[in-house]
Amino acid sequence: MTTPATSTPATNIRSNLWGVGSYLLLALLLLVVFPLAMDVFRLGLAAKYMSLAFCAVGIVLVWGYGGILSLGQGVFFGLGSYFMAMFLKLEAAANADSSSGTALSAFFGTAGLPDFMAWNSVEVLPWWWEPFHHVSFTILAILIGPPLVAFILGYVNFRKRVGGVYFSIVTLALSAIMAIVIIGQQGYTGGVNGITDFKTFLGMDLDNERAKFVMYFITAGLLLLCVAAGAFILRSRLGRVLVAIRDREDRVRFSGYDPAMFKAFIFAVAAMFSAIGGAMFTIQVGLASPSLVGIVPSVEMVIYAAVGGRLSLIGAVYGALLVGWAKTFFSENFVEYWFYFIGVLFVVVVMFLPTGLAGLLDKVRTRMRRAEG
Amino acid sequence: MASLILQVDGLTVSFDGFKAVDNLNFYVEQDELRCVIGPNGAGKTTLLDMICGKTKPTSGSIKFKNHQLTDMIEYQITRAGVGRKFQNPSVYEDLTVYENLDISWPKQRNVLGSLFFRRDRKMAEKVESVATQIFLQDQLRTKAGLLSHGQKQWLEIGMLLMQDPDLLLLDEPVAGMSAREREQTAELLNSISKGRSTVVIEHDMAFVKMIAHKVTVLHQGKLLAEGSMDQVQSDPRVVETYLGH
Ligand SMILES: Nc1ncnc2c1ncn2[C@@H]1O[C@H](COP(=O)(O)OP(=O)(O)O)[C@@H](O)[C@H]1O
Ligand SMILES: [Mg+2]
Repeated sequence: MTTPATSTPATNIRSNLWGVGSYLLLALLLLVVFPLAMDVFRLGLAAKYMSLAFCAVGIVLVWGYGGILSLGQGVFFGLGSYFMAMFLKLEAAANADSSSGTALSAFFGTAGLPDFMAWNSVEVLPWWWEPFHHVSFTILAILIGPPLVAFILGYVNFRKRVGGVYFSIVTLALSAIMAIVIIGQQGYTGGVNGITDFKTFLGMDLDNERAKFVMYFITAGLLLLCVAAGAFILRSRLGRVLVAIRDREDRVRFSGYDPAMFKAFIFAVAAMFSAIGGAMFTIQVGLASPSLVGIVPSVEMVIYAAVGGRLSLIGAVYGALLVGWAKTFFSENFVEYWFYFIGVLFVVVVMFLPTGLAGLLDKVRTRMRRAEG
Repeated sequence: MASLILQVDGLTVSFDGFKAVDNLNFYVEQDELRCVIGPNGAGKTTLLDMICGKTKPTSGSIKFKNHQLTDMIEYQITRAGVGRKFQNPSVYEDLTVYENLDISWPKQRNVLGSLFFRRDRKMAEKVESVATQIFLQDQLRTKAGLLSHGQKQWLEIGMLLMQDPDLLLLDEPVAGMSAREREQTAELLNSISKGRSTVVIEHDMAFVKMIAHKVTVLHQGKLLAEGSMDQVQSDPRVVETYLGH
């Protein structure tokens, strides 16, 4: 465990200070250091990794504290990402000036329709695309849809006491199904190419440097908010119930709690975080793609959390940033080794650093404190 | 005759044809402290498992106050006022003693309630008094996983005291305790069983003598004898199957 075995009021205050301090440090890094130190291109990369960090923060809640290893966070990231993409695409299609296929689409009478639909001879906008004309609906869909799906899926399984590795397999299957459906329904989802080519968000030109800064700060702010919300949950009685469930789920029932409800709840919270990340990813990277939904990205998200430390919300953010940069480094230099690298990294972390970098740091702190007194 | 708090009628459970509890009738009165004894495998633990919802009976009825427990699941039974201590001490090892007692406080046990739950004075006082009762007042900030076996037994009893159940089910509460700890526990049980009904499973006859009002002897899932300690001890069937060796 990362927390000391006995905690006196003094160590409590010290660990509170440490928690607040590392939160402020993260805020400083994301809100001040990165924007000052990086050019727009590198800042864009940071924004991309930060979008994925939302998933890692959720995984800390669900896996580190709830004991549920979800290999399906890509699904919720994907839902957020696609909901946002649908809105952006409809805005692009409606805006004749910026739509790349204007002349053609006018010719075919498909103006207002996303370009990939026209290419796939879908001539009428499907009814379930319609509400995504509205930004408010889109935001609500992102914030409510994925957690609702997660809650129902989780509750049904947890209630029947499907847990542990069986639930991991259920989520894994979900990731696979989601990617297959998206790829298969090309006319409605853009298929394997995903949905891209957006231009504007509420009239703001997304290619514009200023817009990129604005989106970067919104993402950083939302990420810090999610970390704070996660910390609030973990420090509440609900957080202690989660730890109790992780350690002795059977016993918790006899303390008068319904563990299925608690697990489904935390799974839903993580889904919401992932969906927010997915939406911010799509706005900033300009893409919603099935390659970010399936099994591989879902597993990668778990690795972010494992590297950063699955018991540390802040660690998860660093994990996502570090692994993200490592990935970019590899794909710029020797792409083919990336999978080996991440595989080895995962094994090393699981075997030698079960609580990740945050756990390592905690050990160092404890040792230093012992040396002091 | 005092009123019954627990009425078990015709209770049977069969594991792949093996009847661990077989057509058992078992009644506990208000404020009674009952000991259940019997050789290993007699079905004592299984009986408690069925009362608290851990095991579903094959047939029979379990009435507690005005609830039919066979229709309820574990957390509902707990909330109705049944507290269970398991044979192997089951505490939350990653939480401190304080936190173990805290989450056993029977308020705000749903998701949103627990998210916004704030420890109040009443709870703090209860935690203090329970911790003193279970001899752990100086270990409140210790991780439960670091306690000795006997202390874990006490902590689990303490968690039940926080719940303040009307029916307390204790499965071998002194197993693994030293003679001194046993005495302390007997005192503890005598004080906490006041104002509620308690069922204690125990092997240690000396311990049973210290606490029991009335003793039930189980054998092969069936009731063998019931009565005061003296009556039971002089019952020839009991002597033969259990106390004899
Ligand atoms: N879940 C189960 N599946 C199969 N057999 C069980 C199960 N639970 C208990 N038993 C059997 O039922 C009998 C009674 O067990 P138990 O109630 O634990 O006895 P006691 O607590 O009196 O020692 C034993 O023979 C045990 O092996
Ligand atoms: Mg037993």
